[in-house]
Amino acid sequence: MNSRGLRSQLKDSVPVAGLCPQGAYGVQDSLRSGFTSVKNELLPSHPLELSEKNFALNQDKMNFSTLRNIQGLHAPLKLQMEYRAARQIQRLPFLQSSNLALDTLRGSDDTIGFEDILSDPAQSEMMGEPHMMVEYKLGLL
Amino acid sequence: MQHLYRPAAFVSGKRGSSSTKMATLAVRRVPLGGFSFENCKRNSVLESEANKVGFSVPTARKTGTTICGVVFKDGVVLGADTRATEGMVVADKNCSKIHYISPNIYCCGAGTAADTEMTTQIISSNLELHSLSTGRLPRVATANRMLKQMLFRYQGYIGAALVLGGVDCNGPHLYSIYPHGSTDKLPYVTMGSGSLAAMAVFEDRYKPDMEEEEAKRLVRDAIAAGIFNDLGSGSNIDLCVITKGNVDYIRPHDEANKKGVRTGDYKYKRGTTAVLSKAVNPLDLELLEESVQTMDTS
Repeated sequence: MNSRGLRSQLKDSVPVAGLCPQGAYGVQDSLRSGFTSVKNELLPSHPLELSEKNFALNQDKMNFSTLRNIQGLHAPLKLQMEYRAARQIQRLPFLQSSNLALDTLRGSDDTIGFEDILSDPAQSEMMGEPHMMVEYKLGLL
Repeated sequence: MQHLYRPAAFVSGKRGSSSTKMATLAVRRVPLGGFSFENCKRNSVLESEANKVGFSVPTARKTGTTICGVVFKDGVVLGADTRATEGMVVADKNCSKIHYISPNIYCCGAGTAADTEMTTQIISSNLELHSLSTGRLPRVATANRMLKQMLFRYQGYIGAALVLGGVDCNGPHLYSIYPHGSTDKLPYVTMGSGSLAAMAVFEDRYKPDMEEEEAKRLVRDAIAAGIFNDLGSGSNIDLCVITKGNVDYIRPHDEANKKGVRTGDYKYKRGTTAVLSKAVNPLDLELLEESVQTMDTS
């Protein structure tokens, strides 16, 4: 059963960051982020921001390409199939998943980095709206 | 209903009686762990505003340090001073700069105190997991590679300059690791603001294959040179002697800067005021009741 409606899949592929102002009520939050400028919205706020956001992705790409060069095309293909399968093991739309299978495949279940210590998603101060998130996931919204 | 800001995807609510109040609903994507760059823009705005008025943003606590290490015949001697500074003020007169990485590997840290502390703790945990997984005592080269890969990933924004030393199955090893991720494997290294003073002592008196006492004296003198000639280093000298199967963590090895003892006293001595007469009146008290109440010290 495809539990994710087509509309939600389409929405996932279009990241809408930076086009709408980010204060509450949809108005620019001058106290916290200062005055707006197009440059501020387009450029990253810290040199490390982009590289950190894509770090896991780039690591995977590098590893897969080395694997392809050493062992042939089937090795990364098989691994990526397993990654895709492991990524689909999730809980209900609002709940956090532990991603245990994915962690084991990646090998990050026996390493500790800043992503385990800082900004733990389980301790985040903001919560989503359960009903809205379920409806979004099911494509009903 | 709550409004949510900082969302990753926007959806406009079209139906439902509860959504008639707001124009934009937001659905939150799960946040990733790790560093969050949300406040960077705000911080740079605040900093420029503060500089216009004349304030300066508070600086992080640095260790403004002298740390050094030397390889001798049977192992490695690491040395460090114990002063932590915060701008122009001494923040900690006796801080511990030699951090534990594994039973046979220790690491001295210079630079931002929090960065060295957290980095060495993370690497220590990773090395423990790794050694449980391999079933062997960890090697110094492993710790070095983990540290350099992490520091390079953050492009020098983690200000940790480290001296890593230990003894493993291949003998004694000593590495120096810079904040941007470059490392050097050398028989004697110094780091920190007092590194030039300490290096001068090393360059003069280092010989390969020294004895343990000679190596300890050399490191002590190098750190003392840093303490007396550099404002960022001071207080005591800590040493850590690592040999095969044994670690000697000597804290403090030498108190180079002892606080002075007060020579004068403003209190009056007994007998300054003459006693003219003395009268003693004993009070007759009767013991009525004695009870013992135990404190809850659990």
